[in-house]
Amino acid sequence: MSGYDRALSVFSPDGHVFQVEYAMEAVKRGTCAVGVKGDDIVVLGCEKRSALKLQDTRITPSKIAMVDDHVCLAFAGLNADARILIDKARLEAQSHRLTVEDPVTIEYITKYIASVQQRYTQSGGVRPFGISTLVVGFDKNDGTPRLYQTEPSGIYSAWKANAIGRSSKTVREFLERNHQDGMDREQTIQLTIKSLLEVVQTGAKNIEVAIMAPGKRVEMLPDDQIESYVKSIETEKQEEAAKKKTSRTATTTAAILTRPGGE
Amino acid sequence: MRGPTIIKAEDDKTRQLNKHTLMAFSGEAGDTGELLMIRNSTLPMLTNGFPLVQFAEYVQANVSLYTMRNDTELSPAAVSSFVRGELARSLRSRSPYTVNLLLGGVDPVTQEPSLYWIDYLASLAPVPYAAHGYAQYYCLSLLDKHHNPNISLEEGMKLLERCTDELKRRLPIDYKGVLVKVITKDGVKVMDFDNDRVVRSA
Repeated sequence: MSGYDRALSVFSPDGHVFQVEYAMEAVKRGTCAVGVKGDDIVVLGCEKRSALKLQDTRITPSKIAMVDDHVCLAFAGLNADARILIDKARLEAQSHRLTVEDPVTIEYITKYIASVQQRYTQSGGVRPFGISTLVVGFDKNDGTPRLYQTEPSGIYSAWKANAIGRSSKTVREFLERNHQDGMDREQTIQLTIKSLLEVVQTGAKNIEVAIMAPGKRVEMLPDDQIESYVKSIETEKQEEAAKKKTSRTATTTAAILTRPGGE
Repeated sequence: MRGPTIIKAEDDKTRQLNKHTLMAFSGEAGDTGELLMIRNSTLPMLTNGFPLVQFAEYVQANVSLYTMRNDTELSPAAVSSFVRGELARSLRSRSPYTVNLLLGGVDPVTQEPSLYWIDYLASLAPVPYAAHGYAQYYCLSLLDKHHNPNISLEEGMKLLERCTDELKRRLPIDYKGVLVKVITKDGVKVMDFDNDRVVRSA
């Protein structure tokens, strides 16, 4: 051990703050979360840890949390750290309402969350939050969907679609290939679930989806609906695979047929 | 009306705490408020109104914070206990809130309606009907005579009219009408109420 990863606020000679990088590593080990913006909707998708046999899934906390009526947050990383951070965000959201009589904007609460995360990289006696968050929602009297990401370092950024957590790179690349502007509700939900299926093996029962629309409260997509989405996506995939297979055999046979006679 | 000050007539002194809980608040003597979330104003906003609004907003913010944190709607009984606790704390501080409250709501689970009477000394009582301020001296007897536990909305509005008629006849202050709100399991709505009706002596 080099000794530069002991005290939090100490740089290594080449400019790294190791504890923050370890926190980002914790994020990569967390379950995957996806956020996708549509034309007038924004969708969050989460990979759920598969529950143990005796676990009561109804009251096990979700990875998607409400910060205020119009702000929804999903995280990847250490669940226990997230609880603390979400609570701070909720407190700020209500305190903001109390002081300025307006609900927070999505950008404001993202900035706040990020600044709390940043503070925990620079203060004594604490360690950084081992979580990244996706913050989504709509500002008051505004139909523009918002999607932001925060990281343990305190960086925040705005996205059209993004993924955090385990295999987030695969999912992000999938989103880069498949996201298009002006998607409607169905397309957005479909893309969210499709991108999650890239990394979630167990299918519908390990996915949860939250949908936000302007001026409305969050809508958690019911399990049976997720299942039907997953089914339709899977059949679509199989059909595509089958089509590829037949077209490939077709071309090879064609090649054989057109081959001129041996003599 | 002629006088050194004119009071604001359309000042809403109620605040919705969550979907099905409403709190009406009134300041010191001379200021009235009564059953079914009635209020009326005799005080200018900036002297007494402001800290009261502040208290109401504080309660409102804490109720919604609790709801966010625990993913549970608070029942009117729970909200009233919280408010009573806050008033009791305030009473023992350097600058206590001198606010009287009526808190009405419908329980989100049992769908039972309830009404709580709270005063600035942090007394709390669940009641079938209630009034604060000078209005209570004119209205409580009427309410006592005509209220019954299964009273319907129409009958309730009639009874309310009896109360306001009595106030128009006998209250020395022009209280400039009332604002009527009704709380049901579906939420809070403002009722039409004719405040300009001239009342003849009984």
